[in-house]
Amino acid sequence: MARKGADIVIETLKEEGVEYIFGHPGGAIMEVYDALYRDGTIKHILTRHEQGAGHMAEGYAKATGKVGVAMSTSGPGATNLVTAIADAYMDSVPVVFITGQVPTHLIGNDAFQEVDIVGITRPITKHNFLVKRIEDLPLIIRQAFYIARTGRPGPVLVDIPKDITQKLSDVKIPSLDEVKSSLPGYKPHTEGNSQQIKRAAKLIMSAKRPVLYVGGGAVQSEAQDELIELAELMNIPVTTTNMGKGAFPELHPLALHMLGMHGTYYANMAVYNCDLLIAVGARFDDRVTGKIEEFAPQASIIHIDIDPASISKNIVVDVPIVGDVKVVLRKLIQEIKREGAKLVFPEERHNWIRQIEKWKKLHPLTYRNSEKVIKPQYVIEEIWKATKGDAIIATGVGQHQMWAAMFYKYSYPRQFINSGGLGTMGFGLPAGIGAKIGRPEKEVFVIDGDGSFMMTMQELITAVQYKVPVKIAIINNGYLGMVRQWQELFYEKRYSEVDLSVQPDFVKLAEACGAIGFRAEKPNQVREIIEEAMKIQDKPVLLDFHVDREENVLPMVPAGKSYREMILEDGKKSVDADTMYLVG
Amino acid sequence: MSELSQANPVKAPMLRETKKGSVRKHIITLLVRNELGVLARIATLIAGKGYNIEGLSVGETHERGLSRMTIEVIGDDVVIDQVVKQLRKLIDTIKVRDLTDTPHIERELALVKIHTATPRARDEVLRIAEIFRGRIVDVSQSTYTVEITGTEDKINAFVELLKPFGIMEMARTGKVALKREMANSEEDV
Ligand SMILES: Cc1ncc(C[n+]2csc(CCOP(=O)(O)OP(=O)(O)O)c2C)c(N)n1
Ligand SMILES: [Mg+2]
Repeated sequence: MARKGADIVIETLKEEGVEYIFGHPGGAIMEVYDALYRDGTIKHILTRHEQGAGHMAEGYAKATGKVGVAMSTSGPGATNLVTAIADAYMDSVPVVFITGQVPTHLIGNDAFQEVDIVGITRPITKHNFLVKRIEDLPLIIRQAFYIARTGRPGPVLVDIPKDITQKLSDVKIPSLDEVKSSLPGYKPHTEGNSQQIKRAAKLIMSAKRPVLYVGGGAVQSEAQDELIELAELMNIPVTTTNMGKGAFPELHPLALHMLGMHGTYYANMAVYNCDLLIAVGARFDDRVTGKIEEFAPQASIIHIDIDPASISKNIVVDVPIVGDVKVVLRKLIQEIKREGAKLVFPEERHNWIRQIEKWKKLHPLTYRNSEKVIKPQYVIEEIWKATKGDAIIATGVGQHQMWAAMFYKYSYPRQFINSGGLGTMGFGLPAGIGAKIGRPEKEVFVIDGDGSFMMTMQELITAVQYKVPVKIAIINNGYLGMVRQWQELFYEKRYSEVDLSVQPDFVKLAEACGAIGFRAEKPNQVREIIEEAMKIQDKPVLLDFHVDREENVLPMVPAGKSYREMILEDGKKSVDADTMYLVG
Repeated sequence: MSELSQANPVKAPMLRETKKGSVRKHIITLLVRNELGVLARIATLIAGKGYNIEGLSVGETHERGLSRMTIEVIGDDVVIDQVVKQLRKLIDTIKVRDLTDTPHIERELALVKIHTATPRARDEVLRIAEIFRGRIVDVSQSTYTVEITGTEDKINAFVELLKPFGIMEMARTGKVALKREMANSEEDV
């Protein structure tokens, strides 16, 4: 049956099982909004800025594992999406972005609200399309979803000129098989080479001091059961990156928590001293490795990743395995069991675990609490307790993000949602709203900075409009805290342009939006307002925590430095890791 | 300070070996779908590594909708390896191969317009062109335009010989290359 291109868009989105679109209308996309209205099945969340729509779609995708959808008009609508597109690209988040475009005959004319969004987003999308014929429209949209969610996931943009949405066509919606065969150059690997898996199994059984280093790829492929089984079977401690949080339960005795710049002493120590590093869906980011020459300097490396281009990118790898993490881990466990699952050096392995326990006791993840001022870490701990460790946490970028990573203990994949790769201030609130919409049964806490919050705070009203009961905890230090910390440590306290002490009254701001606001200025108020907030389930609640202004995130490995140069929690000590254990 | 670090003297850290290859010219061949923006995508990816495309040729193949591209780029072996992997990941690339260390045939075509005002100059240029199996494809009162195909070296040598006469303009296609099928097929001439 002949119908408008706009109707084909909606029909195809329904075929893909889309429940929500996050977006903002305008001239070039009006036909699609009209079709959306007439159809009435897909729910639309009208954000107050397109960047918010992009991050909400990301939060939704990160929390559910489904493909998120964000939509905007041409020109400024499309450019407002760009930060979110780059963010999704860096963190491999499956989101389909749909943008309206000026009519085909005006493209290239500097028409009103025209930008070459396909050109602009070429380096920050997994793929993008400009639709040139209405007959291609359903195939392109289905290709976009398929490309976004398979292999290493990522954002895909579909730019649709207005005339294409207005034309009539009776083109059919293609089947998934037709979609696959229309992409001959796209073959996402999933299996893993069995020879390499055999080699990996041997190395794991014969290692004396192995460490599992787990990243976002393990969260994406939901490999928690396999990771626990492998770690327990072979007695291997597990450290997770910022993006890998929740892939391995943090209360597990083998958990080393985060590694890298703001990693724990014991995780960084374990990595520095290990003789086998098993990287699982992680990409050896410079925030993780520090000075690359001194990263796990004695270790052989096994690298399991779905993306062949990630392997051996930053570091030479001994055993590369390209494949889906879950599939490869399952095969690896089978292979180890087939070989008898015996450790070659059981005594050394036992000593290794004991050594790690010693490190954990020597410098546990801790902070000095206070009766007088609210310590930011204390707020996070109280949120963790009040939510029984079960909430989804979304964050902005800065010190509060690191404290949220360190002092909330994560137990399941997709629980910690933050902007790891791009580090986008303003990510937290919209991402948290998207996560809550995708997982309404979970408590969702946005742990935000006073600076980050203000970058996308208009979405508070969106949460009120759609009755999304997110909790927003602002770790209010009156500073661009993370920048201030660097200025304190590396620029002799020259606090250049980081003071945020002039700020809105966040409680009144919440009230002005029709949300609820609470404030805590003393430690004894912290638990109280968190508990109050959790009673409210029909609208967003903002919690304004006035915290110690100059608290620092520690431990810390300064950028580009080696793990040996770690600054510990008392702010002074640096440690010579190579004297610690077995080197030499 | 911890007990352990007090017990042992500080030693020089062990260092992990890092990857560095040699920098040289690579020749990469790609089979691509002839879609909107495919060239821009490839160029963006290479430019994103901070590398300049030294040579580029694109043309259709016998299969509908598929084009063959040959790209020359100077870069570190390790980085180029990364570039090749990333090129393979592009949705519109069907095959990507670094031919640099693989036996392959490569050819380039050049058009060279030479200043030939005197009869002597004409004779000389004609002779040199013949030696190089070039053809005169355009003549005016004061110029010859020569078409020549061959390897990069051959064309460079040809151009060097003509320089004294005065080259007015030239255009080179950039290389086209295909992998050799038989190890003992005849050498490039
Ligand atoms: C969009 C954007 N601009 C600038 C930065 C650089 N930056 C990183 S952290 C930070 C300070 C964040 O302040 P706030 O949100 O208050 O968090 P805090 O560190 O105080 O917890 C800045 C400016 C960034 N990451 N993102
Ligand atoms: Mg702040």
